[in-house]
Amino acid sequence: MSTPLKLHYDVNGEDFTSAGNASVQAKKALRQLGYDPDIIRRVAIAMYEGEINMVIHADGGDADIIVYPDYIEIVLADKGPGIPDVSKAMQEGFSTAPDNIRSLGFGAGMGLPNMKKHTDDMKIDTVIGEGTTITMRVNT
Amino acid sequence: MTEKINHSVLLDVDKCKGCTYCLKRCPTEAIRIRNGHAVIRAERCIDCGECIRVCPHQAKTADFDRLEDFKDYKWKIALPAPALYGQFDRLDDLDYVVSGLLECGFDDVFEVARAAEIVSECTREYLKRDDIPKPVISSACPSVVRLISVRFPYLLDNVLPILPPVEVAARMAKEEAMKKHPELKEEDICALFISPCPAKVSYVRNPLGTEKSKVDGVLAIRDIYFKLVSAMNKIQFPESDSKTGRIGVSWAGTGGESSALLNDKYLAADGIENVIKVLDEIEKENFAGLEFIELNSCNGGCVGGALNVENPYIARARLHIMRRYLPVTKTKSENSDTDSLLWDAEVEYNPVLKLDSDRAEAMRKMQKIQTITKCFPQIDCGSCGAPTCAALAEDIVRGEAHEDDCIIEMRRQIHSIYDHLGKIVHETYNPPEDKE
Repeated sequence: MSTPLKLHYDVNGEDFTSAGNASVQAKKALRQLGYDPDIIRRVAIAMYEGEINMVIHADGGDADIIVYPDYIEIVLADKGPGIPDVSKAMQEGFSTAPDNIRSLGFGAGMGLPNMKKHTDDMKIDTVIGEGTTITMRVNT
Repeated sequence: MTEKINHSVLLDVDKCKGCTYCLKRCPTEAIRIRNGHAVIRAERCIDCGECIRVCPHQAKTADFDRLEDFKDYKWKIALPAPALYGQFDRLDDLDYVVSGLLECGFDDVFEVARAAEIVSECTREYLKRDDIPKPVISSACPSVVRLISVRFPYLLDNVLPILPPVEVAARMAKEEAMKKHPELKEEDICALFISPCPAKVSYVRNPLGTEKSKVDGVLAIRDIYFKLVSAMNKIQFPESDSKTGRIGVSWAGTGGESSALLNDKYLAADGIENVIKVLDEIEKENFAGLEFIELNSCNGGCVGGALNVENPYIARARLHIMRRYLPVTKTKSENSDTDSLLWDAEVEYNPVLKLDSDRAEAMRKMQKIQTITKCFPQIDCGSCGAPTCAALAEDIVRGEAHEDDCIIEMRRQIHSIYDHLGKIVHETYNPPEDKE
């Protein structure tokens, strides 16, 4: 069996204004691989939401897309503060985003719920003070 | 017959009924009705487009350029306004707009939203300075800047001295084109703004903050819309990428420019009458603690411009959905050389409302205006051709109108003449009896 294709993206946490660009890059790559537009859309949305979260809450991190024969895995890892209450964070409308970015349309509390909605499986590993890793799978 | 009156507003004299819709709505009282049709006083007009919007007879239109006028240029660059993205139903990928424009006969596309992201970046830097008067007032809407220059001279120092996105876009687009195609000279290239509003047409003719605009022409969104839609419908896989992020798209509606500052100490207002009220308040220093004031002449912001196709609120709702998964920005200034985006010409106080250059004479005139105004009925009916009784009094003092123009006053005079005549007639036929 051949090694799965891995695409790596640095999510820069120092500059909020570039947040979201990694998922644009990933979308382009998946287009080149010839995936169905709906699959690309779901991966891009899940990754976009995670990427924004990493920039807002964790000073950035690493985003990886791993392409397997029958599914795509998205791994988002950060060294941020961790999520104290995952079930609360999963509730629609719950947000801890700062006020200054709300008028740009962020902070609606739909990030994590949207990631779950657009993927076939989602796993959150979080340790307070150490960081969070979210692994998502989209079946192809 | 179409007569060009001035600026970017054209009046079709045959269609104009001389009614008072535009007269009453003009925020700078620049319109008078003379000889049965509207006349705009060029020096007072701020190109807000309000008269175009309210005219029930479609007698007022905007003057704009057409793509065919530029066929002699070797390289035509489209500069689409952010508001353009909100005009299409079910559009979820901006790449289609960019690719569609290329199909419409442009050689290249430079999105104004891209330049807007750079203007936002520069504004964030500018706001960090501690040697500037706050609140800083946005300078992106040319009607607002012109309004400030005629009515709010004390606020000119607060106006953000950064070139508007359309100007930045034209400059960057031309530089980029010459770099990519060294065979092109600057005179071979034209940068054409696809505009939501007529104010930008006049901006290009009489720029603010710079001596000469690099924008060569202004096309109307509604003029290019149908051609563009059919071009976009034919595209299966867009070949060109949009380089616009969430901030750039947001500039199309009120609040967008402010939200890009990532600072919640701002106020955003739209609609020219609201803009005037806000400026009145700022002049009274009523806004403690605010850093930035975004003002847009049109309701809803640029999506409300008179040259759009779609209802402004529908357009804005679409843009909110469209921006949902866009990166915050896609464009950054490459060398952080923000100085090149600063104004290179001052915007000066334009005292068109002054009664006289001599203060004592101006005071005499003011007194006269007050006296004359009192003689009028204060119903501001507009039948005299001036928007208010006070405006008629001012016109009289300026030698541009006459007391008889007031039909109510004229009727009163006719009645008094009639009464007087009646009395004479009565006395002639019924002579008072001789008391002797």
